[in-house]
Amino acid sequence: MFYIYCPYCGEHREEEEFHNQGQAHIERPADPDSCSDEEWGNYMFFRKNPRGLHHEIWVHAAGCRKFFNVTRHTVTYEIKEVYKMGEQPKVVAE
Amino acid sequence: MSEVNNEAVTVSVMNQLPDASIQGESPLFHADLASVAKKGPKTGGVTFKEEALMGQITLRLNAENADQLSAAEKALGVALPTQPLTSVVEGDVSVRWISPDEWLVVVPGLKAFEVETALHAELSGHYQVVNISGGWTIYKLSGANVVDVLKKSTIVDVHPSKFPVGKVVTTTFAKSGAIIRRSGESEFELVVRRSFADYLWLWIQDASREYGLVVQA
Repeated sequence: MFYIYCPYCGEHREEEEFHNQGQAHIERPADPDSCSDEEWGNYMFFRKNPRGLHHEIWVHAAGCRKFFNVTRHTVTYEIKEVYKMGEQPKVVAE
Repeated sequence: MSEVNNEAVTVSVMNQLPDASIQGESPLFHADLASVAKKGPKTGGVTFKEEALMGQITLRLNAENADQLSAAEKALGVALPTQPLTSVVEGDVSVRWISPDEWLVVVPGLKAFEVETALHAELSGHYQVVNISGGWTIYKLSGANVVDVLKKSTIVDVHPSKFPVGKVVTTTFAKSGAIIRRSGESEFELVVRRSFADYLWLWIQDASREYGLVVQA
């Protein structure tokens, strides 16, 4: 079980209160009308599956219901960093 | 939208609750707590009381907007708690922090419409006031063994060092959602959904059986 720090509540809570919402920092093509099918397909369907650091979105579903980002190591499951929406990660893969 | 409308927006608000001439029925009306209280034990480790038919209002606004904060304070008579997981009580009004831009205001049931109207009158800009009185009810749990019952039921740490008096957490209680506030050293208030009211009442009876449950009507 994870013990996740919610940056909005300002304390650690059990994983049971949270939901994972998938990969973070997915950027929607600025002009969907003029992007290629490949660009749109990559945006829409293709996700990273790294062995190592992964930036993902979590939501404090049973708590304050805010979304935030978590940097997690997919092998050790260690949470390296938690940061709010709109912020950039400090811990990144090399 | 091409232009921003800065005119005052009139929100139609109507009183959803009947006045005192109609008997209100709380989500635990069917349990007939008055009879249970009369028949049941008078001493025990846990005391249960439903704070029935309270008025509850969801208030959402921008906590970084000083005008909105002071407007809410003017309408409620008490400043909103902006520190996470805190609450304030002033007279018969209590405010629980829910999220950085959301609060739960609890007032006596018959005062809900008045407070709701006052909030609409004072607030301006991007905000939300919703009377949710019908959707929730409040359970008050107290007694020497109340912490033991909570330990069985919720995943949050209820030790006084982690959960001091006045703290509010929105979490799960017996797998259903609850807003738990410590109102005293051995006293907790649970704001629970009315659809879970009966289930949680049964759960609390079961969880507190070994300590002895006193019901107050």
